[in-house]
Amino acid sequence: MTEIAATSVPPTVVGRSLWGDAWARLKANRAAMISLCYLILMGLVCIVGPWFVPHQYTTIYSDYVRTPPSFSAYPKEEMIKTALDDVVRRMRVDVKDVKQDGGNLTITLTSSKPIDERYLRYLDRSDTFDGAQILSKSPEGNELVIGTTVRQAYFFFGTDNIGRDLLSRTLVAGRISLAIGLLAGVVAVVIGVLYGATAGFAGGKVDEVMMRIVDVLYSLPFIFFVIMLVVFFGRNFVLMFLAVGAVLWLDMARIVRGQALSIRRQEYVQAAEALGVGQRGILLRHVIPNLLGPVVIYMTLLVPQVIILESFLSFLGLGVQEPMTSWGVLISAGAKNIGTANWLLLFPAFFLVSTLFALNFVGDGLRDALDPKDR
Amino acid sequence: MAAAETVLDVRDLKVRFRTLDGAVEAVKGININVKAGETVAVVGESGSGKSQTMMAAMGLLASNGEATGAVDYRGSNLLTMRKSELNKVRGRKISMIFQEPMTSLDPLYTIGNQLMEPIRRHRGLSAAAAREEALKLLRLVHIPDPERRLKSYPHEMSGGQRQRVMIAMALANDPDVLIADEPTTALDVTIQAQILVLLAELQKKLGMAIVFITHDLGIVRRFADRVYVMRSGEVVEEGEATALFANPQHPYTKMLLAAEPTGRKAPPPPDAPILLEGRKVEVTFKIGGGLLAGDPVILRAVDDISIRLKRNQTIGIVGESGSGKSTLGRALLRLLPSDGQIRFGNSDISAADKQAMRPLRRELQLVFQDPFGSLSPRMTVGQIITEGLLVHEPSLSSKERDRRAMEALQEVGLDPVMRNRYPHEFSGGQRQRIAIARAMILKPKVVVLDEPTSALDRSVQKQIVELLRKLQADHDLSYLFISHDLAVVRAMADYIIVMKQGKIVEEGQTEAIFDHPREKYTQTLMAAAIDSTRFRASA
Repeated sequence: MTEIAATSVPPTVVGRSLWGDAWARLKANRAAMISLCYLILMGLVCIVGPWFVPHQYTTIYSDYVRTPPSFSAYPKEEMIKTALDDVVRRMRVDVKDVKQDGGNLTITLTSSKPIDERYLRYLDRSDTFDGAQILSKSPEGNELVIGTTVRQAYFFFGTDNIGRDLLSRTLVAGRISLAIGLLAGVVAVVIGVLYGATAGFAGGKVDEVMMRIVDVLYSLPFIFFVIMLVVFFGRNFVLMFLAVGAVLWLDMARIVRGQALSIRRQEYVQAAEALGVGQRGILLRHVIPNLLGPVVIYMTLLVPQVIILESFLSFLGLGVQEPMTSWGVLISAGAKNIGTANWLLLFPAFFLVSTLFALNFVGDGLRDALDPKDR
Repeated sequence: MAAAETVLDVRDLKVRFRTLDGAVEAVKGININVKAGETVAVVGESGSGKSQTMMAAMGLLASNGEATGAVDYRGSNLLTMRKSELNKVRGRKISMIFQEPMTSLDPLYTIGNQLMEPIRRHRGLSAAAAREEALKLLRLVHIPDPERRLKSYPHEMSGGQRQRVMIAMALANDPDVLIADEPTTALDVTIQAQILVLLAELQKKLGMAIVFITHDLGIVRRFADRVYVMRSGEVVEEGEATALFANPQHPYTKMLLAAEPTGRKAPPPPDAPILLEGRKVEVTFKIGGGLLAGDPVILRAVDDISIRLKRNQTIGIVGESGSGKSTLGRALLRLLPSDGQIRFGNSDISAADKQAMRPLRRELQLVFQDPFGSLSPRMTVGQIITEGLLVHEPSLSSKERDRRAMEALQEVGLDPVMRNRYPHEFSGGQRQRIAIARAMILKPKVVVLDEPTSALDRSVQKQIVELLRKLQADHDLSYLFISHDLAVVRAMADYIIVMKQGKIVEEGQTEAIFDHPREKYTQTLMAAAIDSTRFRASA
């Protein structure tokens, strides 16, 4: 095929590297490309989203405990009444008349004693009302006409058990889960590649010893290991991904070692040795570039594994701490409320599952792209 | 023969593969017919579509391939057949043997298992009857001690024996057509000859038609009744074998016939200095052993060999696979630990470590057999060629290195504008040129050529041989030419060493060895290769 290409090409021919080839093959893979776009979108939404959602993920709306998801604004008609009754009870006054005009309420309050104007702050304290002001006042002071606006709030994903907005919590949880996935993935890859490549490249006794250490670590039960870490160092975010990463590098090390061993026996490495290239040059120019393919593939399959592990730990209560949250924490909470408030489970579960799906599709696509069988 | 019925009729067959760069037509509308009991050879170089034609007929194309046209077996079109019907034909009426006897047998099952399975499946025989049948087949393909062999696993057999088992499997159901896809290419010359004799004998006995796919015209001439010559997906010439060899019409056929490397290498002047010398070189490998495994098995791959390479000399090292010739080459370059003395120029390098060898590496170069494996797939050709300069002339600027790369590419006959391409974008012959350029850019004195032509097509072999000879003349090089291909060795070397099981069996001037081989082993080697020699003499 290249006989022709060799004779009839314009000057400055740039070749298509294996990476370029792989990229072209990946682009042709629909599922992988859609998944890749989805992942990028998910990442952006989780990173940027919380700043655009009107609610903080920590804010507790005591008026809106377990409100179901809705596209229309809260409060609803009957909720205004309940909220008003609640406030009025605290003010120890009676309601004589309520008039509603769009978002504005005009309330006439009466009492046997003169009403203290400071009671108005009860209205402002409520999540439902805003900007209460006195419109008119009877001469004795025991009848008060108050104007207030109804504060409109949107809860697209509903709220949780103590009245926090689930949308902002899901997005923040996404930040944490993705970050742990990525960071722990990177930790695992870095340790695994360095360790595995060293073992595979050095070979012989060094390799034997290094791999036996891996075997010993393999035999430690993962959960036991994490509980131990949590007991000694307390629970925190950094520890989480260290723990997960520190366990998952074992697989990586084995894979990389196997690859390094086989690359070392390739003729192009022998050729480099025959040229007099030193160990460093062989490692940098030959072993590592040829290792990257399998490493990239494994990494995309590792990230979902890490996210699942983190969710699992959070589910058991060993993961991140409230009010910080992750998809695993949210799902765990949702599972407890599955009968009464199923949206608490549905939304985070959808986010987690769809992300894992996309990651696996991308991983599969990459494997096909980097390592085509019928070549 | 002329009245015989047509068993396999390929009409206007097209095979195309969908790739990222659009569809590639591997076979462009060819017609081939095979009559009962005859031997048809399909000849062509790699990439000519000869294998894909038969793969299409057997329904074995890769998933991105599609075939149009018709392949009729006794009147029914194999291409449009449903899979269940096709399975009744293939393996039973049409069977196939492949090039690689190492990988086409399942390593987990015994030979007996693998032989008996298709017999029982297709003919519904009992286990005992199938065993009898399997024994008969093994006897048919002349496997010694067939009762014992039924219980052996593939790894316990040699390549030639495995190929015999493959043939036995193909014959198990008494096929009408046997398709043999390069059945001897992966085997040593002496084994090749035996397998070919076996096939001819079986055909006489059983009367099936054989379709022989090969690039080797020597085989074609010896065996085929009719020949189809294929080139880039088309049949360029067809005809009776004798007529075609006597009077080739198409220029491509003529080129193939003339592709045997020609010319001789004159020996260097007798006063030429000795460059590389090995005295009583021995290489031993320890296999197994250890604390619990008992005593290791010691394998003497190179056994007490002395060799003297003069300036401008080419020593050809000949032998079958496993004879230790590659090991010797690497040991002499100190790429393998060895006993005995090795001298390069005036210095003794037998004890030199890696550090001490490094400056000498530029003068002692190595070119590998497999041009696909010996070039790093992630580096551009320019980077590959100049890697040695990074080590030996680290002071060169990148611009200067680039200039040297262009020179080197030009010297081996490649267009320098290709230097930013990657190895997988080149053909086998071009890759071997790149590998040669990588060695030559350092201006070495001694180059060990380890089967540099055996993975290449004949016509490309010829070009590479000519290139190597030109480089030798231009730069006063000394070659250690390792090969099992006697025709190429004859054209390259002025001195020959014949090796068997790590020992030198015979050595001497090329002409002397070829004309009057003394040892029996050398004579067998010559006899096995004699066809190609005779063929050259008459062509």
